[in-house]
Amino acid sequence: MADEKNPKIKCEDVWKVFGSGADSIIKDWDKYKEMTKVERLEKTGCVVGTRQATFQVSEGEIFCLMGLSGSGKSTLVRCINRLHEPSAGKVFIDDEDITALSGLELREVRRKKMGMVFQNFALLPHRRLVNNAALGLEVQGVDKKEREKKAYEALELVGLKGWEKSYPYELSGGMQQRVGLARALATNPEILLMDEAFSALDPLIKRQMQDEFVKLIKKVKKTIVFVTHDLHEALRIANHIAIMKDGAIVQQGTPSEIVLNPAKGYVEEFVQDLPKTKFITARDIMQKPDNWVLPVGCTTEELVNKMNEHTLRYAFLVDENQQVQDTVDYFNFIATNGFSNSIEEIPKEKRPSYFPTISVSGDTFLESLLKQAADTKVPIVVNDNQGKIQGIIPRETILMSLQSA
Amino acid sequence: MDFPIRIPLGKWVESFVNWLTENFSTVFDSIKVVVEFLLIQLDSFFVWVPWPVSLIALTLIGWAVAGRKVGIITAACLFGLGCMDLWIIGMSTMALVMTAVFISVLFGLPMGILAAKSPKFDMLLKPILDGMQTIPSFVYLIPAIMFFGIGNVPGIIATVIFALPPMVRLTSLGIQQVDNEVIEAGIAFGCTPIQLLLKIQLPLAIPSIMTGVNQTVMMALSMVVVAAMIGAGGLGSKILYSIQRIDLGVGIESGLGILFIAVVLDRILQGITKKQQDAIMHNKS
Repeated sequence: MADEKNPKIKCEDVWKVFGSGADSIIKDWDKYKEMTKVERLEKTGCVVGTRQATFQVSEGEIFCLMGLSGSGKSTLVRCINRLHEPSAGKVFIDDEDITALSGLELREVRRKKMGMVFQNFALLPHRRLVNNAALGLEVQGVDKKEREKKAYEALELVGLKGWEKSYPYELSGGMQQRVGLARALATNPEILLMDEAFSALDPLIKRQMQDEFVKLIKKVKKTIVFVTHDLHEALRIANHIAIMKDGAIVQQGTPSEIVLNPAKGYVEEFVQDLPKTKFITARDIMQKPDNWVLPVGCTTEELVNKMNEHTLRYAFLVDENQQVQDTVDYFNFIATNGFSNSIEEIPKEKRPSYFPTISVSGDTFLESLLKQAADTKVPIVVNDNQGKIQGIIPRETILMSLQSA
Repeated sequence: MDFPIRIPLGKWVESFVNWLTENFSTVFDSIKVVVEFLLIQLDSFFVWVPWPVSLIALTLIGWAVAGRKVGIITAACLFGLGCMDLWIIGMSTMALVMTAVFISVLFGLPMGILAAKSPKFDMLLKPILDGMQTIPSFVYLIPAIMFFGIGNVPGIIATVIFALPPMVRLTSLGIQQVDNEVIEAGIAFGCTPIQLLLKIQLPLAIPSIMTGVNQTVMMALSMVVVAAMIGAGGLGSKILYSIQRIDLGVGIESGLGILFIAVVLDRILQGITKKQQDAIMHNKS
């Protein structure tokens, strides 16, 4: 889950009810809970956009609000910058209560802290790209030279160098959305709110934009709230996902938590057709390495005892940096060393390793693990980015994870 | 059979207008002074400039703002006007129409903005605009004469009353039609209400607003004959004369003269915002 102590964005029990009489609906929700949307509308004249939404987004992560149309995700994201005034509940950004701000203070927060990207780009068609990208700076009163410089930089960042003087209609949809992104980045906000940002793009462009976006975000370090109706998109780019239905969040978690342990009912139905091998990562299925590893300097006795104890066929020898140095095959080892109970350190030439170690990063998807596992009998080692061992995936584990997939 | 009741509405209005004339004569007089000043400045300028200078200048303006085609059309129209010996009188009409259009836009634009922003004001305004457009223009010539006397000024005021509604309506419509997402973008990036209006709503409403200006020009031109009935000068008075004398030749020539002026005014006014309009319309398709 998100960092409990210092979330960048925090929503507490946020409601948005359209129509007058919102308060009574929120107060007596139990009474209205069982009604359908239409019944509620007929009886009260109100539509519940978002209800009881509580979530946190920690700094630098991509948080996806996923749901079908009408699930309240766009309403909820608009509650964060108060494009929709929340009917109840609180929104915090950096522990500042956004819902309590005056109009003037709110405008400052919108100008300095948040950028927004829209589904249909929402560009100004009569302005050149540079002046589109500079909009946020322009309304802040930044002088022309300065804001154009920053707009140029932002456009370059999104890969539109050379297009600065063009008009939006001269661009394809994917390029127009890059302008939308550049506009949001130009003010250098800490937070980006993205409302179905890639949904209007065709599938190939969409994929390409997603990949570039993730790369870009790592570079510029923003906190993102990303609204989408596309589960694949959410799983591809998000660090955390909240799945919404009928205005409420029904499940929150990391992509693999959602895929591996979907909440009963709605989410389960949602994820059942997913090719899980594309979402389950090595980190999700790996086991603690403790049983499999011994220090390089261990004795034959220690090694054999440990392998016997855990009925291991293979074990790994790690150096002081926790980096795997050798893979030991039980039978090979016995053949070379006999059932010696030597308490000497095993000399290097006596720990024959016929099997190259296969190591992967924790982010490797099950799909490619399968390919690698097919080539070896040895458990796969999961390393962190310093090459330290983090976990072990025996082949049985891979097979078992496939069964659930 | 007699109708049981007779409401003397006409009498009431009459005494109300009389009361207004008596008690607010200073107000009407100052309006008259301002409008007259505007008109006389424009009129004397257009009449004073020698025709070759005007023709070339307007042609170049047309060319510059809207391209070669408009330049050529402008030149042809103005040349046609001169060929029918209608240059001076045509320029007077031009001044009359431009004054009326200027006043209409001056009031119509803010009214349209207000109507777009406030549903209450819109509700109040709608029946009034309907009235202004449907009540025959001859009817409000009478109070116009009572307030402003005979001459060009009541003619312009009557023209404004007739030409104002499309400006208001189309401005309001244009602003209301601006894509909600673009408005949201403006707010999300921290626009003040004034910035939102000036940077987003008005620029994006330009195609609709300019259609309003076009309609206003057309309606003002169609009013010149009516305005001539209460003493306004220009081509209108010439047409009026031709009706009285059943002089087809003069009528046709003057009518064509009005058409030429309409074309010149409209093409140049549209040309000023053509690029912006194209960009906006292009983006919608």
